[in-house]
Amino acid sequence: MSALVDEQRLEASPTGDDRLPRIKPHTTSQIRAHLRSAKTLWCPGCSNGTITRALVDAILGLDLDPERVVVVAGIGCSGRISAYLDYSTVHTAHGRALAVATGVKAADPSLHVIVAMGDGDSSAIGGNHFIHAARRNIDLTALVFNNSIYGMTGGQMSPTTHLGDKSTTSVHGSVEPAFDLCELAHAAGATYVARGTAWGYQQLVNVIAGGIAHAGFAMVEAMAVCPVYYGRFNLTADPAAFLRAQKEHAVPASQFDEGETRVRDRYPVGLLHHRERDEFVAALGQVREKASEGRHG
Amino acid sequence: MATVVNETTPAAGRKPVLLQGNEAVAEGAIAAGARFFAGYPITPSTEIAEVLSRRLPEVGGTFIQMEDEIASIAAVCGASLAGQKAFTATSGPGFSLMQEMIGFATMAQIPCVVVDVMRGGPSTGLPTEPAQGDVMQARWGTHGEHSVIALVPSSVEECYTLTIEAFNLSEQYRTPVILLSDALIGHMREAVVLPDPAALRIAERGMPDCDPAEYDTVTSTLDNILPRPPLGSPFRVHVTGLVYNRRSGTPDTSDPAAAADLGRYLREKIYHHRDAIVRVEEVEMDGAEVAIFAYGSVARSAMAVVREARAQGVRVGLVRPITLWPFPTAAVERMAEQVRTVIVPEMNIKQMSWEVQAAVKGKAKVVDYGRVDGKLITPDEIFELVKPEFYYHKWEER
Repeated sequence: MSALVDEQRLEASPTGDDRLPRIKPHTTSQIRAHLRSAKTLWCPGCSNGTITRALVDAILGLDLDPERVVVVAGIGCSGRISAYLDYSTVHTAHGRALAVATGVKAADPSLHVIVAMGDGDSSAIGGNHFIHAARRNIDLTALVFNNSIYGMTGGQMSPTTHLGDKSTTSVHGSVEPAFDLCELAHAAGATYVARGTAWGYQQLVNVIAGGIAHAGFAMVEAMAVCPVYYGRFNLTADPAAFLRAQKEHAVPASQFDEGETRVRDRYPVGLLHHRERDEFVAALGQVREKASEGRHG
Repeated sequence: MATVVNETTPAAGRKPVLLQGNEAVAEGAIAAGARFFAGYPITPSTEIAEVLSRRLPEVGGTFIQMEDEIASIAAVCGASLAGQKAFTATSGPGFSLMQEMIGFATMAQIPCVVVDVMRGGPSTGLPTEPAQGDVMQARWGTHGEHSVIALVPSSVEECYTLTIEAFNLSEQYRTPVILLSDALIGHMREAVVLPDPAALRIAERGMPDCDPAEYDTVTSTLDNILPRPPLGSPFRVHVTGLVYNRRSGTPDTSDPAAAADLGRYLREKIYHHRDAIVRVEEVEMDGAEVAIFAYGSVARSAMAVVREARAQGVRVGLVRPITLWPFPTAAVERMAEQVRTVIVPEMNIKQMSWEVQAAVKGKAKVVDYGRVDGKLITPDEIFELVKPEFYYHKWEER
């Protein structure tokens, strides 16, 4: 899918999707070399560590120069990833990660900019930035940790909390339908849209790597396991049982019916949408070239 | 640490150009080395964005129209972190939206410039009319303890020179700097002799002269504020809005000593350098019995009053803060020792006059005068405030 991917050093993907890079998993010591700290504040059973590892695995697999990787994060459980990764990192304000990342990427287009956000972070308080980053098709990789709840503040409902789901602010069951973040990104103009799960680790690594390699706005939704809040209120407080439930709920995109709406217990995973369209930062470069020659037409 | 200051006197032999205040801000920013602007259209600041959408690409820079003002200042923070001099421009409603990320820039010590072309408020208010109602929002708009630098231009020429000054200060003190223009100054056209670009002193962003491995062990001091390497450098910096350990940059929310150290440092890095930062213009203060304390567009009316009063032999002077924040306390204290009355006309109700009163400490009478109808305070209005202070002067004989 891109020259960034060296096909020779990648093994066959278990997803069988030949549009995605196939990343060979790295050893824990290789992963650790990309972390400032392996000590996190995430709850026992939380899958954020798994998703973090998948991101590092993808970066290693694509052989990116760690000095040229920038991770811009929002606020919430997912935002803490910025302090743990040993790249240039920015822990921004709640919802603002994509807007900050837009400035970073436009100012230095040669950087690999990955934007780590939570579900509420990206689609509630940051919803406006989310749709506009997708519309511009700016070459960023948005990695959304979707645990369907606000974890850091203690389990309130978010825009991805499903109808009827319980949370500390929907104790009678939510009366709001949930966003499908992938379809939202697609409708807004994202040119690479994929979903993975904490359970399907290898697929998650591959879809993240595909997003990073893609030259345009890539949105990767990582379905996260939050046994402490979402699971305890709605599914199961047992992390292993939660992961097994993900295995049941996740359906390969090819087996998901055309026009079928995702629901809590059935959602498509893998590369969902992929198209090519002019990229924003490259377009800005063309404007610069035209303007420096005195052409404004 | 020496503060880079430009003389506002333009170089001799240069031809005047007709410029609008907002255009002068845009050109001043380019002269200061700004190569990134992100903004959202809002009256009366829009010309700044319009000019830059044409000019920035011409000089190799980047102009982005963002989805709102929150995104604008956020993108400015990102571009600055990636190594570019970056800024945005807005007016009251947009300035309110930007306060969150101005706080982030303050906390994370990100150099950037925010131009607020003030209009009547609150809310949508008087979009096309000037006001000075944002002076306290500039100081305290974002939450939490912090310090800020705010400059107030009073002419088109100052729109140019103070924009350069704003970038210099933001780079040297690694802090957001606010340029408080208003609808009158922004939309006014004047013939201006711009300084020779080659003669300008521009503060450039440096790199710390230590090994990346040692970066976590060196700490800025009040007299030596170290530059931060850009994102994507071997230093692999971490930038956060959380309270952090000032040496390592690592978030640390459990150590009260680290929080106190950072909190005091963020304030003192500005206030410790107050004498170098603060600029005040004093006009006809020699022997003045009454002083007018006025800033921005109102200072132009005050200047006319001082000239007219002096022509009549009445000893009135003007104290014009060019730096509004940090507040020019020393200059106001000096003024209070000298005059019996300080008149504070402003296009808001008492916002700066409270601050003047606090610095005057009862040593002189403070007369405040405010307008919030979007109309200028005229020289005649100020003159009427001056007259009662010279009860012995026979005005009718003139």
